[in-house]
Parts: sequence; structure tokens; C-alpha cells
Amino acid sequence: MKIGTPLLAVMVLALVAWTGTQVLHLNTLFGIILPYTALAVFLAGFIYRVVRWAMSPVPFSIPTTCGQQRSLPWIKQDKIENPDDLWGVIGRMILEVTLFRSLFRNTVTEKRGEKLAFGSAKWLWFGSLLFHWSMLFVILRHLRFFTDPIPFVVQGIESLDSFLQVGVPLLYLTDVFLVAALTYLFLRRVVVPQVKYISLAADYFPLFLLLGIAVSGILMRYFFRVDIVEVKALAMGLVHLQPVVSADIGAIFYIHLFLICSLFAYFPWSKLMHAGGIFMSPTRNLANNSRIIRYINPWNYKVKTHTYDEYEDEFREKMRKAGLPLEKEG
Amino acid sequence: MAKLPDKKDLLSYDYAVPSTEWMDTPAEFKPGTYCYGARGRNLEIVDFPNARDWSPNDEDWKLPENWKEIIIEGMAERMSKYRSFKLFMDVCVRCGACADKCHFYMGTGDPKNMPVLRAELLRSVYRRYFTPAGKMFGRLAGARDLTEDVIKEWWYYFYQCTECRRCSAFCPYGIDQAEITMMGRELLNLLGLNTDWISGPVANCYMKGNHVGLEPQAIMDNIEFMLDDIETVTGRRIEPSFNRKGAEILFVAPSGDLFAEPGIYTCMGYLMLFEQLGLDYTMSTFASEGGNFGFFTSNEMAKRLNAKIYAEAKRLGVKWILGGECGHMWRVVNQYMDTWNGPADFLEVPVSPITGTRFENARSTKMVHITEFTADLIYHNKLKLDPSRNDHLRVTFHDSCNTSRAMGLLEEPRYIISKVCNNFFEMPEETIREKTLCCGSGSGLNAGENMELRLRGGFPRANAVKYVQGTHGVNVLANICALDRASFPALMDYWVPGVKVMGVHELLGNALVMDNEIERTVDLRLEELPEKGVSSDV
Repeated sequence: MKIGTPLLAVMVLALVAWTGTQVLHLNTLFGIILPYTALAVFLAGFIYRVVRWAMSPVPFSIPTTCGQQRSLPWIKQDKIENPDDLWGVIGRMILEVTLFRSLFRNTVTEKRGEKLAFGSAKWLWFGSLLFHWSMLFVILRHLRFFTDPIPFVVQGIESLDSFLQVGVPLLYLTDVFLVAALTYLFLRRVVVPQVKYISLAADYFPLFLLLGIAVSGILMRYFFRVDIVEVKALAMGLVHLQPVVSADIGAIFYIHLFLICSLFAYFPWSKLMHAGGIFMSPTRNLANNSRIIRYINPWNYKVKTHTYDEYEDEFREKMRKAGLPLEKEG
Repeated sequence: MAKLPDKKDLLSYDYAVPSTEWMDTPAEFKPGTYCYGARGRNLEIVDFPNARDWSPNDEDWKLPENWKEIIIEGMAERMSKYRSFKLFMDVCVRCGACADKCHFYMGTGDPKNMPVLRAELLRSVYRRYFTPAGKMFGRLAGARDLTEDVIKEWWYYFYQCTECRRCSAFCPYGIDQAEITMMGRELLNLLGLNTDWISGPVANCYMKGNHVGLEPQAIMDNIEFMLDDIETVTGRRIEPSFNRKGAEILFVAPSGDLFAEPGIYTCMGYLMLFEQLGLDYTMSTFASEGGNFGFFTSNEMAKRLNAKIYAEAKRLGVKWILGGECGHMWRVVNQYMDTWNGPADFLEVPVSPITGTRFENARSTKMVHITEFTADLIYHNKLKLDPSRNDHLRVTFHDSCNTSRAMGLLEEPRYIISKVCNNFFEMPEETIREKTLCCGSGSGLNAGENMELRLRGGFPRANAVKYVQGTHGVNVLANICALDRASFPALMDYWVPGVKVMGVHELLGNALVMDNEIERTVDLRLEELPEKGVSSDV
């Protein structure tokens, strides 16, 4: 159910694209209308979700501190893991977002008889990092379809990515990495019993969708060649808001494109929003300086307390006997 | 307290997962793993809703008629007030990095003690009532209906989390289960569902100023006993002041240190230090609690209990506040107090009257941690110390969860230990500092009736202590937390016999050479000191 349904869903999506373009010839729909719609949903949805989070205040300064605090001048503060100013926070966030600092901390706990043992466990960190960076490179490479002339940076990434000079067309390393990382992320979900136990359909669906996108893209590049000039014409038309319906580019292209559209439209309503959420996480993006500068809670309100006067009223006799100073002798 | 379970039985678990999915696996209330229900009387004292006597063993938990509405509205309200709550409901990808970081999971093998699943207990309800996918696809989207069984499950598992934040150090998005547990407990409290061990101290603290319910004269009597012992040990009679107006410093300790062994030895250390310094300080019988069990109840209750510290500092006209060794107290002081009850503009930026050090890091809160204060003294050579008096002790240090992960007070206590002891050994790196393992009794779980749970939750820490006992002959677990001092002795006796539990200022008190003192023959526990030059060999 949790694995089958999302797998089926992705297959159905691919089938829809195939039927839509190969049988019904709805090329305008799949080549123009849906990409625009998906992009609009993605942008609007992403902003909507971030704004929704932002509408709730952060009432308290709750950074999770992972190093020495700012304290006495001769004690060395860990300015990144326990920042007390904006620069430290920026450093911490850069490490978190680009290198997955917290995940790098990962350990594995093993119970060996009557003892616990902690071991290093960097595979999840490595797999995740490999996936995200490969994905970024793949996206940047795709800019070649949307730009003319192709920026130097994009060309640089391409040559870096294909530096092995293997195959025709040249093999992109990130293609291999992307599929390998996704496969690893999928396999650990089904192989590690604890991870399988906590997984939801919503965890498998994006994996299948991304795998579908990667595989269809790889097939298109290395096996079922499509007319690259037509693809670029379509992409440039979309970019310049003067879309032209192309002749049939090929089923594999439309499947690839439609899966991407599905990912874009799905993104803001899913766990993939961790991409936006990480920047807003109050345990990471706040400085640990709440003893230095008063942190303000916008909804702080007066509460009922038990005052010293009430306390003294209750215990006055006992306090007097004990020789404690009193506010009222009464 | 029930008879302690056999070690073999306790350790017979593994990390295999049940054959049924977690939503189909009902929470089983195992004796020894949960606390008694809150008494109506204690809830009434602080005006909490649905005050009544009840027991978690009852089939009927006597919930108010519209309980479901209360919870759903309570969730909506909290999501509008806390970005953390809303965000943490949405962004988890269930990568599982947190799963084996929780001491309760490590010690029970119960998958619902994985932080991720503990959060899913609440997230599943969030999805069902607040997200389109959950409303449409239900279970396929990881959503489930809110039922009385769900409420019971929440109660069982949200009082099986010590809010230690270890999971949040490992989470790639910083999702903090402590934050989710706090929200879960707030929601449960809307239905009058607390534990006796938390609501009792809350009521005590509200009326009498401290969790243990010490009345003013009882506090003074307890200190008097300590002073007698100090006199026996040092030949010096100390006369501290209480509720004295015009003192320079208000000293606030966790009430555990005023109450029972081994906390009182730490308190004796404080008193000796202040006496030796000639510090112009006073203690308050009203603000006689630095800790805050309200924090384990609701934000509002925590604020209500915390208010008395600034109020008393103002009434007494002190310049600044010095705080004792306590874990969650310092989470509250560092991250909440000033926000709730500040600005403390009637106080001055703390300056050590001995060294002249201005505590810039406490510039706004005006409250200094005693290990910051003492480390500064030692650094400036203001204390005469004889660490050899602690030579029979082989010490390791347990970082409290809150001072590590909600403050970052790591080096200060270590510096003091390094100057008052000659034998100090760290536990393995994965179990200290920001990765420190919880005592398993924090956040109001240090009751007697849930001893099995505490033993299990404390097992990972005990396991690390046992490791250094084996490699270095460690016989003292030093700490800076009253809850540690209250809970570790039983845990150590069970898991690592032969290891004593001591506050850092107890070690300091033993090493401190006071003016005009007699030659020390006994330590603060009135136990014979070994002869000079004889250290314990492994």
C-alpha cells in the first residue's frame, strides 16, 4: 500500500503523458499549458507555504546549541555551532544547507548483549548530499535549453560533469550519482526495518517520481535520442512567453516533462518543502544571545502569579518565628 | 516504589519492529513505565481545567464532553503562536536520523520512542484535520482520526520524553521533539491530563515558592543542618542571610539542593564558597526555586512560576542574580525568562565583586550561572584550592541536556573540575557535550512509580559511565543539575554500582581551602578523607 500506491501513481503519470501525446496528440497541453501551470503552482505554492509559516511568530529564542556558548573571554566560543550573532548564524546555516552539518553528526546505536555501542554512520549524510548536489548540477545543466547563448558557467558545469569523456553522447557523472543516490535512499527505506516502519506513502512517492524523471531523462539522452533542436525551440518559446507547439518530439520527452511538471505541482504540498523550511527552523536560524539581548515575544501577555505579599500573608507567623524580615507586621 | 526489575529482563529487548504498523499497535500501559495521574486538588490550585482525580489505569479518563474540539482548537491556536510547531508538523522527511538518538528508544526498543514516531503521533492528527491531503486520503497520507485512544497514546508517550533535545542536534532540519512534546503536553493539560509528579510540584512551587514544598522555616532549618555539617568539616560557622533587602546578589538554587542528598552537599559547596569570598548575597525563601516544573506543563504555567525570581530580585533591591547548578532551570533562564518576565531593567549588568569581571553574556538577563562565576574566580586565582583532597575520586562529567543543547555551557564546569580534582576522565565522545545522553528522568519524569522507565531511559548514560568505570576506574559522576543528583544515585546503584553522584560545587567545596579552617579529615559527606598522598589506584 505505502510502496505500491505511489509506484502505481508514478506509472500512471507516465502513462498519462504517453497517452496524452502519442494517442490524443495533446501537445499544446503537455508542452505548454501544463508546464506553465506546474510552474505557477510551484511558485505560488512555495510562497504560500513559506508565508503561512512566517505568519506564525517565533515567540522564544530556542536555538539548539551544539558547541561552547559565548561566556568568559578566555573560554573559546564555538561561533558556528553556538552562534551569538548574525554572522555565526549565517555560517551555521550555510554549513547546514550546503553540507548538511547536522546529518554529518549521525551515529548508529547498536545493542550488543548488555552493552550499547555507538558507531559512525555517514552513509545517510553521503547519500543525501550526493542526491541534492547532483540534482543541483542536473538542473543547472538544463539551463542550456533555456538560454541562448549558453552561459559560460553552464558550459563549465557540463564539461566538469563529463570530464571522464566516456560514451557518446558524453556520460554525465551526475546522472549516475543521481540515480545511485535515489536508489540508495529508496533501498534504505525498504531494507532498514526501522526506517521502513516510519515511512509513509508520501516518502516513497517523491523518490519514485524523481527516479522516473532521472530515468526518463537518461533514456532520452543516451538511448532514445530525441530532436534536441526541437526541445530547445520549445524551451526557448516557454522562456520568452511565446510558446510554439512543436512537432512530436517523442514520447520519452513528454513523459520526462510531465513527470517534472508533476514534481513541481506536488512540491509545495509535500515534505519536499523542507527545502524552504530549513531556512525557517528556529532551532538553527537563531543566535544564542537571549541572555545578552532581550528576545521579544509578540504575544507575551500578563499572567496570574502568586505574589510575595500573598506568600507573606500565608506564612507571616512562621516567618516571624524564624526571624525573617517582613514587609508587613500585621 | 515497586521492586526493581531484573537486569536481564530489562535488557531482553531489541530494536526489531512490531509486525503491525504503528497506527495499528495500541499503546500498552506497562506498569513501571508511567506516572500517576494528576490530582484534582493540585490542578485547582493553579486554575487548570477539568480538575478531578483520575488514574491512567481507568478505562474512563473523565474527559470533558467537547474534548475533541478543545484539542483541535488548541492545536490551531498553538500553530498560530509557534512557528516551530507548524514547521515541525510539515517538514519532517522521516529520514530516521533521530530514531536511535533517543535514550528512551535506546533503552526500550519501542519504536514509538523514536523521536520521529513520537512526533508522528501528533502529526497524524494534524494531517487529518489541517491538511488537504490528510482530509482527502486519510491513512494513505499518514493521517488518522483523533480518538480517546490517541489521547491516551499521547499521554503515555509525551510523558516518556524528557525534552532533552538530543534528537534535534541530529535532525537535518533541527526538528526538536522537545518542542513537539511541549505542545503535546499543553494540549493534554487542556483536558486536565497531567501527571501527579509534575502537577504536585507545580502547585507547591506556585504556593510555597519551590517544588518540594518547603515552607520558609523549613528551608532555613535545612540550611541550618548543612551549616552544622560545614562546621564539623571546616570548623567555620557560616551565617547566610535570607530575604535580606539591599544585598548585592540574589542567589537562586534549584530546591532539590536544599532538600535531600546528594544535592545538599552541592549546596554546602555554594555556601562555603560564598562565605570564603565574603560575598554580599542573600537567598529567598519565596524565590526558592530555580527549576520550573511549569515548563513541563504549559508555557503559561512556566511563566507564572518563573515570575517570582525577577519579582523577588526587585523587592529585595539586589543588583543581579546568581543561579545554582540545574539543567532545565538554565534552559528557562537562558531562553525564556527575560522574554516572559523581563526586561530586568531594575537590575545591573552582573559584575563579579571579587574579580571585577563583567558578565557581558548575561547583560540583559542579569543572571549568571554559578559555574561561570566560579570558573572566573579560579581563572583569576581568587580561590585557594587543594585538589588532592579529591584524589580518592576518579571523576567523569555528565553534561546536562539543557545546559548543553539549550545554552552551551560546556567548558565552565570542566574548567572547575580540572582545578579541583586530579583525576578527570571524559566519557566517549558520542555521549558528552552536545551529544550528551539524558539521565532519563528529566522533564518531570523522576517519580518512583515509573522507575522501570527511568532505568531504561538512563541505561545509555549508565552504559557510558560503566565504560569509563572499566577503563579508568571512575567512581564519581559529576554533574551540574539537581535532577541528575536526584535521579542518578538510583540509576548508578542499579547499572553501575560503586559510582557516586556529585555536583561540581561539592567537589569544589571539598577542595576549597577556607581561611582559618581546621585541617580537613572528612569530606562534605562526613566521610573520612584518605591520608595525604594516597590516591586510589585502579
